[in-house]
Amino acid sequence: MNQKSVVLENVSKSYESVKALTEVSVSIEKGELFGFIGPDGAGKTTLFRILSTLLNPDSGFATVEGFNTITDYKSIRKIVGYMPGKFSLYQDLTVEENLKFFASIYKTTIEENYHLVSDIYRHIEPFKHRKAGKLSGGMKQKLALSCALIHKPEVLFLDEPTTGVDAVSRMEFWEMLKKLQVQGITILVSTPYMDEAALCDRVALMQKGHFMTINTPQAIIDEFPMKIFGVKSNRMFDLLIDLQSIPSTEDVYRFGDVVHFLNNETGFDMNVIYRVLKQKGHAEIVVHQVMPTIEDSFMLNMKKADHFNAVMQ
Amino acid sequence: MTTNRPNVIEVRNLVKKFGDFIANDNLTFDVKQGEIFGFLGANGAGKTTAMKILCGLQAPTSGDIKVAGFDVYHQTNKIKQNIGYMSQRFSLYEDLTVKQNFQFYGGIYGLSGKQIKERTEYFLNKLELSHVANKILKEIPLGWKQKLAFSVAVLHHPKIVFLDEPTGGVDPITRRQFWEMIYEAANEGITVFVTTHYMDEAEYCERVCIMVDGRIEAMDTPSALKNKYEVTSMNEVFIRLARAQSTEQ
Repeated sequence: MNQKSVVLENVSKSYESVKALTEVSVSIEKGELFGFIGPDGAGKTTLFRILSTLLNPDSGFATVEGFNTITDYKSIRKIVGYMPGKFSLYQDLTVEENLKFFASIYKTTIEENYHLVSDIYRHIEPFKHRKAGKLSGGMKQKLALSCALIHKPEVLFLDEPTTGVDAVSRMEFWEMLKKLQVQGITILVSTPYMDEAALCDRVALMQKGHFMTINTPQAIIDEFPMKIFGVKSNRMFDLLIDLQSIPSTEDVYRFGDVVHFLNNETGFDMNVIYRVLKQKGHAEIVVHQVMPTIEDSFMLNMKKADHFNAVMQ
Repeated sequence: MTTNRPNVIEVRNLVKKFGDFIANDNLTFDVKQGEIFGFLGANGAGKTTAMKILCGLQAPTSGDIKVAGFDVYHQTNKIKQNIGYMSQRFSLYEDLTVKQNFQFYGGIYGLSGKQIKERTEYFLNKLELSHVANKILKEIPLGWKQKLAFSVAVLHHPKIVFLDEPTGGVDPITRRQFWEMIYEAANEGITVFVTTHYMDEAEYCERVCIMVDGRIEAMDTPSALKNKYEVTSMNEVFIRLARAQSTEQ
């Protein structure tokens, strides 16, 4: 039992008519970097608010380092760091004052735990006398992470730390998380960016308050039930429609600079794609079998769930 | 294909300074009618400033800039009548119904009651969302809201629609449906000026412009940029260009 850091057991939470979470369960190991991947409205923030003891579930229960989020909330608050999705530091305090404030409410000092935040904080330390409200987006993010870490938490909750952040800053942020993980901190992070799933040890793909699947990114890719072909031609806009005419086509959609073509016929021969497209007047046709990505899997899971719901209604 | 179309945005030597800080450093570019133009850059690279200037919300420090044929110093009201705008943060009024949002924006853009009714029905039918016409906006899912917000932004058939991170936080299926709407609008001759942090979406643009530290660092079709930097994705192009500058000040 002691190996588990965070446990959710059949947790549900509704706001008036909206079901934010429906019977979600997961166990997260100590030291794991675990990702909750899903769009807005998936229930990610509700989940973090429950784990950080700011919200009680309607049913089910959750524990953090063995403490129950309802009955042992005081113990949990001492050992977790929480970075909310919305920037929640004191805008009128300087960078250093914010960090000092968070250190002092946890009865510690910046000096005592400096080693833990130094990697991140040194980027913003040259501006330590600047008011937090005057920082750029990337710097605010680094300060918020420093403040969530300064009391040496055992578990870190990061709610969409990279939303609205550019691709380069996102990459740097994940490099910082990897370094923190080495120090033994359990990290739970949520993101709407599917490509970030690959950087986690395990992920839960979330949609409308449900976990569609929980696994390692590699296993999710390995379990993808059919082949995907990346297709290009000189008439990219017609590809979507023309590929649909091939029998047993499961799905066709744009994926970056190619179109992903999914066919559920076993032993499907990709020469069929060339033949059909030539018939329809395409040229410069390129077809490759491609590895599925988390985004492909997410979409397939979404369609399965929607289909299931439609049948149930 | 793009060559015969007239320019709807013409920017010559756009400079915008805030005190000593140069947010836009001598930008020059054109965008053609019906073009899908991706405007990319790291946070703080100057995208929002440039977009505000093009929308007539902020005057530049210097430069010759025309949007829909009007200049950004003296004809900002004309510009506003000829553009549409939507962003992830601000789109529609949450306390109004879907229909009321259409009526409100239609009214602002000077459409007649009849036009508003027709256009509203047209878009709701197309989106298969007629059943939520009388729902309060905050009761409907984000993905639907974003599609409705886009429809409202092109309700008056503007010459240009500005989209500021329109797909942030949207699920991957809705994100693709949203891009289908973008293509349709472009086919109807509406120019689409779009910012995004999703690099796969950069691939969907006809041309992209990448801003770094207030300057235009690269501008071309996605395939030309990938060839130039000898990489296979726009993500790599972006990281190559933006990472060099990423030590923040």
